[in-house]
Amino acid sequence: MFGYIVRRSVMTIPVMGVVALIVFALLHFAPGDPAAIMAGDSASPAQLAEIRARLGLDQPLHIQFFYWLGQLGQGHFGTSLHSHKPVAEMISSRIGPTLSLAVTTMTFSLLVAIPMGVYAAWARGRLSDRLVMMMAVLGFSTPVFVTGYALIYLFSLNAGWFPVQGFTPLATDPVRFLQTATLPTLTLSAVYVALIARITRSSVLEILGEDFIRTARAKGVPEARVVLRHALRNAAVPIVTVAGSGAAFLISGVVVTESVFNIPGLGRLMVESVLARDYPLIQSLMLLLSLIYILINLGIDVLYMVFDPRIRA
Amino acid sequence: MKMSAVLPAARERRAGQWRARLRGNGLTIAASAFLVCLVLVAIFAPLLTSADPILINAVNRLKAPSAQFWFGADTMGRDLFARVVYGARTSLVVGVVAAGASLLLGLLIGLVCGYFPIVDSVLMRVMDGIMSIPSIVFAVALVAITGANLVTVLLAIVLPEFPRVVRLVRGLILSLRNEAYVEAAVSLATPAWRILLSHMLPNTLAPLIVQGSFILASAILTEAVMSFLGVGLPPEVPSWGNIIADGRSYFQLRPGLVFFPGIPLALTVLAINLIGDALRDALDPKLARRG
Repeated sequence: MFGYIVRRSVMTIPVMGVVALIVFALLHFAPGDPAAIMAGDSASPAQLAEIRARLGLDQPLHIQFFYWLGQLGQGHFGTSLHSHKPVAEMISSRIGPTLSLAVTTMTFSLLVAIPMGVYAAWARGRLSDRLVMMMAVLGFSTPVFVTGYALIYLFSLNAGWFPVQGFTPLATDPVRFLQTATLPTLTLSAVYVALIARITRSSVLEILGEDFIRTARAKGVPEARVVLRHALRNAAVPIVTVAGSGAAFLISGVVVTESVFNIPGLGRLMVESVLARDYPLIQSLMLLLSLIYILINLGIDVLYMVFDPRIRA
Repeated sequence: MKMSAVLPAARERRAGQWRARLRGNGLTIAASAFLVCLVLVAIFAPLLTSADPILINAVNRLKAPSAQFWFGADTMGRDLFARVVYGARTSLVVGVVAAGASLLLGLLIGLVCGYFPIVDSVLMRVMDGIMSIPSIVFAVALVAITGANLVTVLLAIVLPEFPRVVRLVRGLILSLRNEAYVEAAVSLATPAWRILLSHMLPNTLAPLIVQGSFILASAILTEAVMSFLGVGLPPEVPSWGNIIADGRSYFQLRPGLVFFPGIPLALTVLAINLIGDALRDALDPKLARRG
């Protein structure tokens, strides 16, 4: 089992390398000379050359690439062109709201979607099943910002239960945190709940048709135990897979949700950095978000073994 | 699916079954009808409204819906109804072009990857890399480099999307290589391009059509999201995402600025997804039995 984890982890290294190469190439071909941006309009050619040498921009491309990787490895993510603060500092000051939103969304989605999917599979073909499936397609198709504004309209403007925008960290005021985080969490969960409910339903349904389920029922195992213990456990692998690949939707959703609810997280930082053409910041955020995505998928593959011992071989 | 191995009569029967399955679902019919209407709206936009979707007129700023302005006017005094109607055109054109390009590019590279193992190992690593960058992050970053315009938006949709098509096609080709009729073709010294085009390509079409419908839905969504974030099409272009981006700061005053473009956008994506589901059930009987 340990060997498998090591092997699987090593496999992510080339992927990360390719991601780094893509990010490097993308930003390298960006128009505009970083040295000129840093130096300002009044810089002399000598000053420009000095900055270029300091940044390593006068070196051949492949050297620049490995130099950049080395810098990243030592935790030097560069300095923002715009605010002149270290990129690492800017990212760490914005990561909190995004992380807490991700945690609340994941928790809420799994708690809601899995029972929904299991129930739909068990009630296959009935009206309640159709309703659940309809909600899933609807949740999947509604753009995040439309969901967000609809929720704001219903629960903030009309009912007045939640603030329209803004965010209070959990550590500052837990009650206020719940108030400000509820609508963004619901918004972000819509897509995720839809995705997981759907795959839960279809994989539980498939298992429910297996022979061992008939055997379990025949020997008088209570129905709840058949569905939850025998079917759901065996249906876990596809559910976990989709939960992992759905993390991409979550990352995209965060970018939009933070804009709708005016939450100062990584997603908004990404958009701000693009609008300001702040290349070092864009590079670091792209790498960070991709790394998170790669690690989530690594975690998922490791989880497989927990659910399905056959893969361990 | 070994369609080329099926006799004409059986193929006829199968086509009949598809039609029956597609017809059997009221939702699918409603979704198709909606899409047909939308295409008509997009084509005949100038006939539906005489207003100019990009004409700025400060006097009409934020006007409420009325006989003259059916949906009211936006923050620049432009007719919102006209913008929503022309927005259908933008969304559909961007969606269809982006989905078409993703499919074509993915199909080409997928065929090559699936058939030539040497190219495969290199190209698939690149594809893995691209797929590991969350698509909206990739898209938004591309805009930082080239600026917000139509070509960037199309690229930003196609580049993160086509590797998924490559993976699908490659997987299909790899499994088709073991089919008896491919082996037969190989042993008869049929050239590779001919095997790819006339034996393998037809068998990839059904899954590609299904995948294509989902790509279309996500392309339309991505364009809207990018425009909403202010990194998509230039703000004067009537696109549903742009209209929402323009109106969002006045959402509390005029929720219609967000909902009039938002609801058609959601319905369009919903309709395409429903049709995609129906197509998948119809074209892939194994999955249909499950659901």
